[in-house]
Amino acid sequence: MKISLGPVRYFWPKQDIAEFYDNAINSDADIIYLGEVVCSKRRELTTPDWIELAKSLADNSDKQIVLSTLALISAPSELSELSRYCDNGDLLVEANDMAAVQQMHERKLPFVVGSQINCYNLSALKRLLSMGMSRWVMPVELSSEWLRTLLDEAKQEGIREQFEVEVQAHGHLPLAYSARCFTARSEDRPKDKCEKCCINYPQGRGVDSQEGERLFTLNGLETQSGLSYNLKNEMPTMAEFVDIARISPEQLDIAPVVTAFKQQLEAPAFEPLTKQECNGYWHKVAGMDQL
Amino acid sequence: MELLCPAGTLPALKTAIDHGADAVYLGLKDDTNARHFAGLNFNEKRLEQGIAYAHQHGKRAQIAINTFAHPGAEKRWQYAVDAAVGSGVDALILADIGVLDYASNKYPDAELHLSVQASATSADAIRMYEQQFGVTRVVLPRVLSIKQVKQLASATDLELEVFAFGSLCIMSEGRCYLSSYMTGESPNTVGACSPAKFVRWEPKENQLDVRLNNVLIDRFGDDEHAGYPTLCKGRFDVDNQRYHVLEEPTSLNTLALLPDLLEAGISAVKIEGRQRSPAYVAQVTQAWRQAIDEAKAKGKDYKPDAGSMEALGELAEGYQTTLGPYHRAWQ
Repeated sequence: MKISLGPVRYFWPKQDIAEFYDNAINSDADIIYLGEVVCSKRRELTTPDWIELAKSLADNSDKQIVLSTLALISAPSELSELSRYCDNGDLLVEANDMAAVQQMHERKLPFVVGSQINCYNLSALKRLLSMGMSRWVMPVELSSEWLRTLLDEAKQEGIREQFEVEVQAHGHLPLAYSARCFTARSEDRPKDKCEKCCINYPQGRGVDSQEGERLFTLNGLETQSGLSYNLKNEMPTMAEFVDIARISPEQLDIAPVVTAFKQQLEAPAFEPLTKQECNGYWHKVAGMDQL
Repeated sequence: MELLCPAGTLPALKTAIDHGADAVYLGLKDDTNARHFAGLNFNEKRLEQGIAYAHQHGKRAQIAINTFAHPGAEKRWQYAVDAAVGSGVDALILADIGVLDYASNKYPDAELHLSVQASATSADAIRMYEQQFGVTRVVLPRVLSIKQVKQLASATDLELEVFAFGSLCIMSEGRCYLSSYMTGESPNTVGACSPAKFVRWEPKENQLDVRLNNVLIDRFGDDEHAGYPTLCKGRFDVDNQRYHVLEEPTSLNTLALLPDLLEAGISAVKIEGRQRSPAYVAQVTQAWRQAIDEAKAKGKDYKPDAGSMEALGELAEGYQTTLGPYHRAWQ
């Protein structure tokens, strides 16, 4: 099983992005995804900057570099930015909205189906395969049982070898997208006057119940899980039927996290999760639960 | 412009037709639709009766099969498509690419609408569903401003349907897992958000705690109206500030936008609420029938009358309404 680094979902200053990818390129990760996936107003790096960074990473390493696209596309300007990603020339693209699937299909190019695309069953997988899907990132709410059943069906159909399967194994889970910016709202600002205040929350803003239980994380238009998903103890079983485990970046110094996951593959050792972590979805219970 | 009203039950369906709906939408009695609630929806006999009633009155009926098929159980969704087409319904409202694949191959002449649960918010996404499955109408998620709705209307030839009134889902529909994160069950997988079986009301002295799968969603004082604990409408804490972090309990009401929607050529306005009573459906349908007729006659000069706004406000969640994401300031 390979290890990938998902796109940075938070809004980090340009310097931090540069430092993060310096670390990422020197980590044990096999695949690196990058690009702005949450909000088109975030411009520490413009679309050409992201593409240039991705190309330089590809030129300077043997890792697979993939461009990740915006998860919710609702403005015509966002469609033209999307075209720049799809027209990058060399690099694989992760489609996180059906608009990106369509654009890649129209260009007759292969693409990764991101976890924000609703693909829940064999018929859907087959249809996306016929459109050019080469890798499928499972929706985060699905369980190992759901995945096994589906992949058994794919095997019976003789199509399992035609695509790779990726599962998010670490980090806060992207759970929802809205027109509303919840970070701006948390500072009592309308979205049009947000002043990109999400840059002040490099790991999002925590939301607690009135009893102090951590529920969600606000990240602009995106609402994430309050707890960090962690499947490190499931890595050996995952490796039986999953091709790639994804780590969602939350810190600049990412290499140790990747190494720890690699070690779980080579020499599995049970490590209890902390109270800030969860693994429920994988075990077919509430996502925020820990088993 | 079609006034499309919710029919959770046969009495609600008849009420909607009797009070001026041009069309009704309904679901089958299983987890193939996004309002899979106890006591709601249609078995085959009721379905036959409902469609007959609509057609006798010259109105249309649509069936929502808009959850996502489970692996190893796709047949249940395919059977729902077979039953819907066999019933003589006028259109199928679908979300899952797998179900769309089945329906468009097996019934190439069936009228297919793209459910809001498919979350198509751009011209390119719409083009994908048009080219791949021949959908003729797209129900737009509640994440677009009125300006964006207009832009989209001019960028596509397909019919567009928008939500006009009812509970306000603030996330891009079909791509929200908040419910399964807290309970294990989501609209996509079981056809319900914040399912009732996880709800617990705990009356205490001077307060009422409302929980969803043990998580405290809100705590109401004696003087407050306690609403259903839809998890995105609870009061939570962010750095010691307590407020409705995602959204207030409120309903969408777009009466004031009717002239814009008519001008943009929007094909249908949808009233949310298959889980609501026939009495509710009657009042909302009547108010909207009157408003659409008036707006068509008056064009840009149409203004919703205070009486209708007040009547609809009284039916709304938390007794308040909003233009929601259509109005940029809400975002």
